[in-house]
This record gives sequence, C-alpha cells and structure tokens, in this order.
Amino acid sequence: MKILSRLYVALIIFFLYAPVLVMIAFSFNESSSVWVFTGFPLKWYAGLIYDTTMLTALLHTIIIAVLSAVISTVLGTAAAVGIMALRKKFTAKLVMSVTQIPMMNADIVTGISLMLLFIFLGRLIGLDESLGFFTVLTAHITFNLPYVILSVMPKLKQTDPHLQEAALDLGCTPFKAFFKVVLPSISAGIVTGFIMAFTLSLDDFVISYFTCGHYQTLPIIIYNMTKKSVTPDTYALSTLIFIAIFTLLILYNVLQTKSEQKINRKARV
Amino acid sequence: MKKHSFGNRLIASPYIVWSVIFIIVPLIIMIYYALTDTNGIFSIENIASLGKYKKAFGISILYAAVATVITLILAYPMAYFMTKLKISSQRMLMLIVMLPMWMNFLIRTYSWISILANTGIINTFLGKLGIGPIKLMYTPGAVILGMVYDFIPYMILPIYSVMSKLDKSLLEASEDLGCNAFAKFKRVILPLTRPGIISGITMVFVPSVSTFYISQKLGGNKDMLVGDAIEYLFNLGPEYYNVASSISLVLMILILVCLFVMNRFSDEDEGGVII
Repeated sequence: MKILSRLYVALIIFFLYAPVLVMIAFSFNESSSVWVFTGFPLKWYAGLIYDTTMLTALLHTIIIAVLSAVISTVLGTAAAVGIMALRKKFTAKLVMSVTQIPMMNADIVTGISLMLLFIFLGRLIGLDESLGFFTVLTAHITFNLPYVILSVMPKLKQTDPHLQEAALDLGCTPFKAFFKVVLPSISAGIVTGFIMAFTLSLDDFVISYFTCGHYQTLPIIIYNMTKKSVTPDTYALSTLIFIAIFTLLILYNVLQTKSEQKINRKARV
Repeated sequence: MKKHSFGNRLIASPYIVWSVIFIIVPLIIMIYYALTDTNGIFSIENIASLGKYKKAFGISILYAAVATVITLILAYPMAYFMTKLKISSQRMLMLIVMLPMWMNFLIRTYSWISILANTGIINTFLGKLGIGPIKLMYTPGAVILGMVYDFIPYMILPIYSVMSKLDKSLLEASEDLGCNAFAKFKRVILPLTRPGIISGITMVFVPSVSTFYISQKLGGNKDMLVGDAIEYLFNLGPEYYNVASSISLVLMILILVCLFVMNRFSDEDEGGVII
C-alpha cells in the first residue's frame, strides 16, 4: 500500500513536470528534435543577451509586478483594517462581496470589462490609444487587491482589539498605535499577500492581453510567438526563470524550517 | 474610545473608491455594451443572436466539466497520500506541486505539443515499438488534458489544506465504532473534506470554462470554446464589441449560477475555504 501510494505521488509529479522537462531539454538543444542533441548546449542562453524584445518584455513584466504588488499591498492592507472597523455589518459585507468579484469572475470577463472601461475613459479625455503602461498597472492592482485583503483579514481577526485601545490609553497617537501594535501582529498576512500579488502579476496573461496595448509583457510576447513558432531562447529564458524561482523556494523552505527549529529549541529551554 | 475606529474606517475609503471605479463600473459598461447595438441604442439583438454560439457554450461546459471531474479524481488521492508523509516532506511536496504554477502557463501548454504531436515524444516511442502513430493532438482529449494539466494544482492545494487539518481522533473513533475502510472514507473523510473539494472544483471549473489559449493550441481551433469566440470577436474590432460583450455577460452569469449552486452544497458545512 505504501509503495503504491508513493508510486502514485511520483506519477502525478511526473505529469506536472513532463512539459517542464521538455522545455529544459529544448533550451539546451540546437536541433528542434527532443531526441537528437547537437551543437553547443548553451547557444540559446548566449543568444538571449541580444534578444532585446525579450529582455524589454521581461523588464516590463518585472516593473509591473513590483509596482502592482507594492501598491496593492499598501491599499489592500489599509482596506482590510478599514473594513474591520466598519460598524455597519451590512456595509462590510457589501464591500467584501464586491472584493470577491475579481476572484470569482473568469479572467477573460475581468480583462474585457476593464478594457472597455479604459477605452471609455480614454475617449472622455480625447485619447485615441488609451491602452498602455498605466492601464496594465491599474488592471494588475485591481486583480491583486482581493488576494491581499483576504490574506490580511484573518490575521486582523486574530489580533486582540484591546491591544490597540491599550496603546491609545497609554498615550500613543492613533497613527503610532497602528504602526507599533497592529502592523507587527498582521505582518505575516501582509507578506503572504505581497508574495501572492507579485506572483499573480508575474504570471498573468489573460487580463494583460486585453489591457496592455503596446506595453508588452513577457506572457504577451510568448503568446504572440506561440502563434507562429517559439524561438529556442524563449525556452532558455523560461528555464532561467524556473531555476531562479526553484532556488528561491528551496532557500525559503530551508530558512523557514531552520527558524522553526530555533523556536522549538527555545521553547524547550 | 471610538476615536481610532473612525480613523480606521476612513483608511478603507481609497480602496472603496478604487473597487467602485475598477470593479463595478467596468461591469456596468460591459452590460451596457451587451444590451446596445453599435450606435449605442438599446437592443436585445445581441443576446438574441447568441444562438449561433450555443455549440461553443455547450462544448465549453462539457470539456470543463469532464476536466474538473478528472482533476478531482487525480487530485484527491494525491492530497490524501501527501498527508500521510512526514511534515517536512509534506511541505517540500507542496512546493513541488506549486512550482510549475510560477512558470508561464503558455509555455507549459505549448510544450505539450512536442509530447503529443505525430512526431512527438509519445508517438516516436510508440513507433519504436511498432505501433502508431496515434493521433493525439488537435483532439478533444488534448484540450481536456491541457485543462487538467494547467489547473490541477488548484485542486490539490485546497483539498490538501483541509485534509491536513483533519482531526485524527475522529478517524480512530470511526474505526473503534466498527467502520471499515470504505465506510470511514464515505462517512468521515469525504464529508469533512467537502469544503476543500468545493473550492477546488470552482478553481478548476471557472478557468477551464473560460479558457481561450488551451483550445487554440491543443485543439487546433476545430472546436471553438466560449473564450475563443470572445477573443476572436474582440480582435475583429470595435464594431464587434457589443456581441462579444453579450457573450461575456452570459458567460459571467453562467459562472455565477454555478458558484451559487456550489455554495449551496458547501453551506451545510461551516465556512468553505477560498484559495
């Protein structure tokens, strides 16, 4: 039974990674066949340096991901704190239901409705081409916000509201009380929200596709390429990104385990 | 005493303004487009003409439903077996399951072509055994495979997170009370993990039913899905925005109805898990 269950887990993992392995194989191979390996294995990696379209798109993707994650984390954390403080339960429920819309709706519907809004607003101020940097950024902030709010909210519910009141009674300004008392206790939720926002933004294709205009991000470039044929340096770049994320995740996991061990050891002492 | 809570309430206002402008207004504009003709005059012609896309809706729902069921059947044992491992291996496995999600899904989907094509990995292998080639690409099966592949992590993760919090003493109690393995699964494990199943199903079904990339690449445009129809019409230009919007509106309503029905199922348990 144990062997069978392990085998099952291994098969699912193989299924998840089969296309990834194909991609990595192509990135090292000069010929277009998976079976025949020819040529200098790092050719496509070296060629990447000269592919300005690809590198510009990568830069655009990173700029949008960083900016949208930072802005949505700040806005979303403030929103979560504010929604918790709403005294009317009905208003709070209404705001939360609206927050759920972008998570529940299909990406294509969110993308199209935002595109129609941007075109409408663009016409209002007399622009012919309203789609570009600011519209992708706005769209990304919009679909990131619910994830930030829903990561911060549970942490806020766990914090004791009396702590903030105590800080105020002890002479803190509301501002100081927030930064000294509330913020530290919800920081884990904020970090989770930020990471989620960043990765969602990095990987988004559908919503960017409808809102980006000429400000092309990496998924858009890749989409246009897969219409014809994918150049091997795309595989090389994807492999590099894969390795970078893989390393970061392993590092994060090791650090987390270590800090947990430390806490356990302290608890024992 | 209430001084700070007034300040706290105020800081939600930027978000509330944001969500009105960028969540509610866009949907209103989309509904406006759906219910008007190209001159902006109210008309239900778009909605009435949707009969043309009946097949697209039917195929989308069918493919997404089949993909969701397969995903559930594959993911449930996976989540169950994961909880049987050491805590450190569980966390590692979680990372391994999530890692492909950080890779561009277009590239991952595109890679399947080199596996499934007539000259691809599977058929080359079969050829060496003297079989085939079997037509795998540009079939409904390939599209469903793409959906299962792309969205299976969204099924594994919520089921796993509910299952890992399962109270072990309940399982022991059911054994003590004479349940066999099947009864234990049906009467204890399954009901307790239902919130995870429900959120997994929604997280797989919604992107599957609205996808437009997977079908284009793996289905070869033979069967047009709803997502393909919307994307195609929007690319034709502004004069097609109205029809495209009405298809989107119907798709949105369809998804909302599905979610509502699903939530009805999960209401019997205490709060379901989103994400």
